[in-house]
Amino acid sequence: MTSLSQFIPPLVILVLLLLAAAWSTWLERRILGLWQDRLGPNRVGPFGLLQVVADMIKIFTKEDWIPPFADKVVFVLAPMILMISMLLGFAIIPFAPDIQIASFDNALLFVLALSSISVYSVMLAGFSSNSKYALLGALRTAAQMLSYEVFMGLALMGIVVLSGSFSLNEIVAAQEEQWFILSQPLGFVLFLIAGVAESHRAPFDLPEAETEIVAGFHTEYASMKFGMFFIGEYLGVIFVSAFISTLYLGGWQGPWLPPLAWFILKTSLFVLLFILLRAALPRPRYDQLMRFGWSVLLPLALVNLLLSALWQLSVGH
Amino acid sequence: MMESLFIVAAGLALLAALLTVSAHNAVHALLYLLTMMLALALIFLMLGSPFAAALQVIIYAGAIMVLFVFVTMMLHRGELSLSEERRLFYFNMARGPLLLSAVLLLELLVVITQLPPEYGMQAQATGALSDGAGATSALVAPGDISVKALARLLFGDYLLLVVLAALLLLAALVAAIHVSRLPQAAPETATVAEPRPMPCTGTDTGTGKQTSDEEPR
Repeated sequence: MTSLSQFIPPLVILVLLLLAAAWSTWLERRILGLWQDRLGPNRVGPFGLLQVVADMIKIFTKEDWIPPFADKVVFVLAPMILMISMLLGFAIIPFAPDIQIASFDNALLFVLALSSISVYSVMLAGFSSNSKYALLGALRTAAQMLSYEVFMGLALMGIVVLSGSFSLNEIVAAQEEQWFILSQPLGFVLFLIAGVAESHRAPFDLPEAETEIVAGFHTEYASMKFGMFFIGEYLGVIFVSAFISTLYLGGWQGPWLPPLAWFILKTSLFVLLFILLRAALPRPRYDQLMRFGWSVLLPLALVNLLLSALWQLSVGH
Repeated sequence: MMESLFIVAAGLALLAALLTVSAHNAVHALLYLLTMMLALALIFLMLGSPFAAALQVIIYAGAIMVLFVFVTMMLHRGELSLSEERRLFYFNMARGPLLLSAVLLLELLVVITQLPPEYGMQAQATGALSDGAGATSALVAPGDISVKALARLLFGDYLLLVVLAALLLLAALVAAIHVSRLPQAAPETATVAEPRPMPCTGTDTGTGKQTSDEEPR
């Protein structure tokens, strides 16, 4: 039964996702411009929409340079790991009731596993570049992502307790009457913070803090390999947004509009929030970041889990 | 289908394990080890325990190995450590370990050939777990262990072991915090002691005070 038509929907989703990630670079620059009272890229095509095409031509025609002092195999491998782990994540997202690439019971664990794997991309990029700035960026990333993964997992457990399942379909189904953002407000905030940290976006962009360590882990990268990190970051933003809307905002559920429209609406809301965060917040110092994580977020995540479990034991049954 | 998948995964795990030992570049060795862990996770999945597979990736591959790579990255000295590895490790060194593992391999072969054929790995894995799960064993499909069954086992029959492991981890954590706090005491006393020889230069006492102010934060 493995016909060729089976591969078409995932392929369409893949292409659409890559396009969405590419155009969210334009969206970010445009909206940052708007919020910071300047124009942003508005020259190429209507509203500057074709800026992405120009950027792509530029990135593709650049020399694909590997530094002679780099660890070549690992250097090439690193951006691929990021792209693959981010794209794999979308496989389990239920975009609409009948649009989902793979549905299985342990989808939440799958996402946590993927976010663990994606740490390697940044670390290996930093190591293989054989340069001090890249190494510093990689070390920061490793510490940051390891710490924030802990709260991410713990914050998610609140949802698992309430819905009784690791499966995204069942979690969406469990939100038919009430979205989890209402019953899990603390878990939502914790997961949002952890999600921003995991996709290392501002204000948690210490791995690539350009004022301190040039460009962090991708200092030595150029051309399409840099492009992969770049697109991978935006894929990460879209993924975390889609994941949060699935977990806390009821996924595709909503009145009047078709499910897919609701899903895209919720996801774009979070993408905009990500951009707003970058526009509004300064970057914390590295030790502040770690301390905030371990001494504020971790206890809160544990309290959230405890309260959810108590609620489920006393009221839920 | 399942069998050929298993053979590929097991072969990959073996190959990666071999390369882990033989690789000269420490980070490459760790990457091979990571590959082996992912292959093991795949095998867990095929044996019917998706939860164990996920934990294998999240905890071993995603957390513990990251720390290994972290430390190795900091201590790595590029070509220098590569040439050192080449000088220090050569094939003749492996003779002793090879001999010992050959004995283990022999024992494994004996065990495998002595077992009755229906008591294969899959039957063993699912049998042990669904037996322990008691009432839920009927609900658990053969070759698929649910998280609930696993949890019931961990917090039922093996509760004592889980609590002991937790206590051990807690003790290790406390010890780690203690060890990491120790060196901080030294600079504090140093900054207290520092101002004493300072008074000959007027401005330096000010900076000494500043550093001692920053310390407790």
